[in-house]
Amino acid sequence: MNREQIVSFVISGLLFGAGLAGFVLDQPFILTLAAKAAIFAIAGVGLNLALGYGGLVSFGHAAFFGIGGYAAGILAWHTRNFEPLATWPIEISGTTSMPVIWLVAVFAAMFFALPMGALSLRTGGVYFIMITLAFAQMLYYFALTWPAYGGEDGLSFYLRNDFPGLTASDPWTFFLLCLAMLIGVMALCALLVRSRFGLALEMARQNPQRLASSGIRPFTVRLAAFIVSAMITALAGALYADLNRFVSPSMLSWSMSGEIMVFVILGGVARLAGPVAGACLFILLEEVLGGRFEFWQVLLGVVLILVVLFARGGLMGLAAGRRSAHG
Amino acid sequence: MAEPVLAVDGISKYFGAVAASRNVSLDLRQGEIHALIGPNGAGKSTLVKQIAGELRPDAGSVRFCGRPVDNIDTVGRARLGMARTFQVSCLAMELSVLRNAMLAAAGAAGQVFRFLPAANSDTAITGPALECLRQVGLDQRARTRVADLSHGERRRLEIALALAMRPKAFLMDEPMAGMGPEGARTLTPLLSSLRAKAPILLVEHDMDAVFSLADRISVLVNGEIIATGSVDEIRANPEVQKSYLGDGE
Repeated sequence: MNREQIVSFVISGLLFGAGLAGFVLDQPFILTLAAKAAIFAIAGVGLNLALGYGGLVSFGHAAFFGIGGYAAGILAWHTRNFEPLATWPIEISGTTSMPVIWLVAVFAAMFFALPMGALSLRTGGVYFIMITLAFAQMLYYFALTWPAYGGEDGLSFYLRNDFPGLTASDPWTFFLLCLAMLIGVMALCALLVRSRFGLALEMARQNPQRLASSGIRPFTVRLAAFIVSAMITALAGALYADLNRFVSPSMLSWSMSGEIMVFVILGGVARLAGPVAGACLFILLEEVLGGRFEFWQVLLGVVLILVVLFARGGLMGLAAGRRSAHG
Repeated sequence: MAEPVLAVDGISKYFGAVAASRNVSLDLRQGEIHALIGPNGAGKSTLVKQIAGELRPDAGSVRFCGRPVDNIDTVGRARLGMARTFQVSCLAMELSVLRNAMLAAAGAAGQVFRFLPAANSDTAITGPALECLRQVGLDQRARTRVADLSHGERRRLEIALALAMRPKAFLMDEPMAGMGPEGARTLTPLLSSLRAKAPILLVEHDMDAVFSLADRISVLVNGEIIATGSVDEIRANPEVQKSYLGDGE
């Protein structure tokens, strides 16, 4: 095992330890925080695939986070209110089953990411950032003004959705579920990065001209990465809605996109456990500082500046050193 | 006689009023090294870019392996077997030598959208990649980051990547650029052996290398081909001597 893998295990272990402490000390509040960190980390792992490994600085990933959230909220709302989702051509009812909700969330994100990516990837650099932001803002204002699902008030559902065989309303169980999903997406990401596709994505970031003259279209590789990245972030959104039993347009707002970016950059760009470290530190700062100072985000800014200036590679860079050329 | 592997037919390219290519025609036949020489600014690199599909000519057409490729972009032409090396090394600096070669081999193998199996243990691409590195003498450096290679080693890697694509033709834009006469001499036998795998269109400034390698030479001056012929014919050509060879010697 190399140093990076050890650090990754330690960080994931710390997150588990935080949850365990909450369970043992019977502090649901700590469990909720740990679950939130795990969920944010999933969103970050998703963005990291595009931003870190693909070099695609998406400022619109809140769109996918929100799509996941609304998928959970809308499906649950229909079930709780006994209103079918659609009556024609066949009657489709809502659901409170998490696996079904996750599938819907992930595929809804895929269908939105396909045109969004296909259009945004025609540009690069600053224009890519602005177009992805514009797409997310479109969804944000749509959710804000569409009255069917709460508009700007958002959508509450009083019971958490179910996972077959588990009592997901129990904070400890729900935390373990979130942690398991986090480990799952990290494993997926680790495989992707090491695969042929991962190699092509790395080349698309470092030298697209070489990729093209090797007979591989950079656009297609980037689009695939963008879509997978969106799907992972949508899964986080669905879990986040279930954590809070509430979804609102703020999940789609540009500040959410910014926060997901902060997890990745704080933790370490293109590092597997980077977003986990970043999300944990973010939650920690929010709780420790946010409880004491009204202006904690100013301090977050200071931390971010220090990390970017002095710890190239974020927290992972500090803890595990430079990225290896692996192989 | 068999159809040439690559045929450039009457290509012209203008940048404003400047003609970078004027009605250029040349061909590349199986088993040969066809050198393209000419003074700086003659339009050699511009011509290579048009053949590779990076630039679209204003007029004329390119045929490759018996089919017109005018509407096929760089990626498509690479898939057909056009392997290009760049005048300025075009490599992923942060990746290892082996991973650079593996990517080229993956391009040749197709099926880039393999998401789960690890590339490092995928012998379908590591095998050819290592073999190509061995042929250019870089197998001992396979695990080194490209950024840590010397300039000469990077030039060799460029050639290895082209080889890994299992090409039908090589387009080499100054493979010896910046290597000095000593380095150029070490590359000459390598390039000479490659013509057995696929013909080479060779843009090169080093005249010793060109005269010892080329089967045929075309001379490009001001975007126009002023002569094509064997080494001896080109050496004896008075027009070539006046406009190009004359000033140096």
